Amino acid sequence: MPADRFGGPDTPGRPEDQAAVTARATHDWLDHDAGPVVRPYAMTQGRVAPNGGEFDLVAFVVATMPDALPSPHLLPEHHAIVAASWEPISVVELASKLDLAIGVVRVLLGDLRSAGLISLYEPPAASQPHDVDVLKAVVNGLRAL
Amino acid sequence: MVSVRSDRDSADSRIPVALKILIAGGFGAGKTTMVSSVSEIRPLQTEEVLTGGEGADDTSGVESKRTTTVTMDFGRITITEDLQLYLFGTPGQDRFWFLWDELSQGALGAVVLADTRRLADCFPSIDYFEQRGTPFVVAVNTFDPEHRFGADAVGRALDLDPDVPVVVFDARQPAAARNVLIELVEYVARRQLAGAGRR
Repeated sequence: MPADRFGGPDTPGRPEDQAAVTARATHDWLDHDAGPVVRPYAMTQGRVAPNGGEFDLVAFVVATMPDALPSPHLLPEHHAIVAASWEPISVVELASKLDLAIGVVRVLLGDLRSAGLISLYEPPAASQPHDVDVLKAVVNGLRAL
Repeated sequence: MVSVRSDRDSADSRIPVALKILIAGGFGAGKTTMVSSVSEIRPLQTEEVLTGGEGADDTSGVESKRTTTVTMDFGRITITEDLQLYLFGTPGQDRFWFLWDELSQGALGAVVLADTRRLADCFPSIDYFEQRGTPFVVAVNTFDPEHRFGADAVGRALDLDPDVPVVVFDARQPAAARNVLIELVEYVARRQLAGAGRR
């Protein structure tokens, strides 16, 4: 039986081989269920609150330009948000679509808002009582589903 | 680029109206089932900063853990192009109350799911919405034919305000789940009209 089939901790090997084995072994853990490889708030340099104030979960995001120019200040996730919000999209939809934690999306949206790359529209319902006409439209819409 | 600019200028008028409805209730009461039976359900990650304090997780041994991942269910029902309903299944555990505060901010109302085998599980949700003044309906999910109770009996057992609607339904049935939402929206409209009348 060839000895190399039992390559393991006892088998002396070159350091690179050991490293490769370790890397692969570690990688087997990193399926989707294992969660993010990078701690979520690492992406925001530890910031947990967006620039320029909070906004609602169902606030709508609209990009002001089709794509942001590459900039050292923007992460790939910033670009992904701009690309996804050419049509109005809610904050929750964005988080779900990009598979990012809602708190992280908020911080990134705050950055983009400060940079003038997106506009945020608060839902009117969050600040005033719900319009009875809107409620009727909801009931009729639900009945028609 | 001129045309792009004018498109953007009209963005205001293209922003849909979004309404939030919370689906609450004890663990296993059927929140996920209900959200998925009436809407296209998607998971939503919320990585939250742990606030510590009373009632928080016992973090002995993992004191450095400052954030926790909560996955919530959310679903969207598109009524018309500019009217959307968002359903949020509230995280079941008590330690996520702070997420509820955010969810119920500006919410249209809530559905509290009750399981008659474990009715007490929905008490905290009812207390919460009563205290906040968020309109809610109680929907009794029928799990077990032997444990079926009428809506009246459940309403009395929960000591609800007499005008809080109580409906018995099967969360797995899209039509039944949709009727619960209709019941809620109609209840909110009635409250709104009554409130306007008093002023």
